Amino acid sequence: MATQSAVNNTETPVFLAKEEPHAPSSTMLGFWIYLMSDCLIFAVLFATHGVLGRNYAGGPGPQDLFDLPLVAVNTSMLLFSSITYGFAMLAMDKNNLRGTLGWLAVTGLFGVAFVGLELYEFAHLIAEGAGPQRSGFLTSFFTLVGTHGLHVTCGIIWLITLMVQVGKYGLGEANKRRLMCLSLFWHFLDVIWIGVFSFVYLMGVLG
Amino acid sequence: MTSHANDHSHGHDHGHDGAAHGSFKGYMTGFILSVILTAIPFWLVMADVLSSNTATAIAVMGLAVIQIVVHMIYFLHMNTKSEGGWNMLALIFTIVIVAIAISGALWVMYHLNTNMMPQMSESMMKSMP
Repeated sequence: MATQSAVNNTETPVFLAKEEPHAPSSTMLGFWIYLMSDCLIFAVLFATHGVLGRNYAGGPGPQDLFDLPLVAVNTSMLLFSSITYGFAMLAMDKNNLRGTLGWLAVTGLFGVAFVGLELYEFAHLIAEGAGPQRSGFLTSFFTLVGTHGLHVTCGIIWLITLMVQVGKYGLGEANKRRLMCLSLFWHFLDVIWIGVFSFVYLMGVLG
Repeated sequence: MTSHANDHSHGHDHGHDGAAHGSFKGYMTGFILSVILTAIPFWLVMADVLSSNTATAIAVMGLAVIQIVVHMIYFLHMNTKSEGGWNMLALIFTIVIVAIAISGALWVMYHLNTNMMPQMSESMMKSMP
């Protein structure tokens, strides 16, 4: 302490860099690599569903259970949330705080609608006696679709957190970076959902 | 803290951060293509348009792959230049691993099923661990 105060008396040498040097940030690459590892989790779950997807154990199959109009509505919810998140990013590029928050809120509402419809579907299936314990097909179905739903739920929590953060601190560099990470995450979940509705629902109903 | 960070967020920050930003036109193009590429497979299956189920399955999976590419380009802004090409390299690596995992699992398990199941009697099943 003594040396520090002695130094302070003369000039102010900087021991602590108050400003980070502007090295090109590797956060986006790191986040992309995380998404790719997440992609592998889904690949394993898709493979599991591919293997177990026909093992009905004498129980109900996709044709008896899946309600395609509901899945179509669900898909459109996620697709709409993708484009509204895009609009939020465009507003962010223009430093439009209100626009960003508004579009983020719309995105969150579409996300909540998606998760709500999925929970409704799950509750309906379980009420019909087609819960995850019924057959190999239903186990892998609930695991794959449930993992995706869990990701969307986490995305919504992250989105709300960022909305509070942006509302409080504005569109600084750090918040922009966070919004860009969530953008990748959100669009990535939509990409996974393309695989889910094609491979699980549509191919399942085809038989 | 943030206000001072704000001062530094001028143009040059976005050139090298790798995630190229989309334009309104880009997002709308991606959205409209996605709507079309989603509507066609649902229509094919729900209205039972094609007579053969195999043809429908191939069409559904083909359209899904096209839509994934559309999302990658217009929503995730993938290109060969972002992050000095590392994004693309990580993506290609992942696609290879995913292809091996999925096709390998399906291949092995399909043959396991066809080779094992018919010969197995009830008593053999019961004596298995």
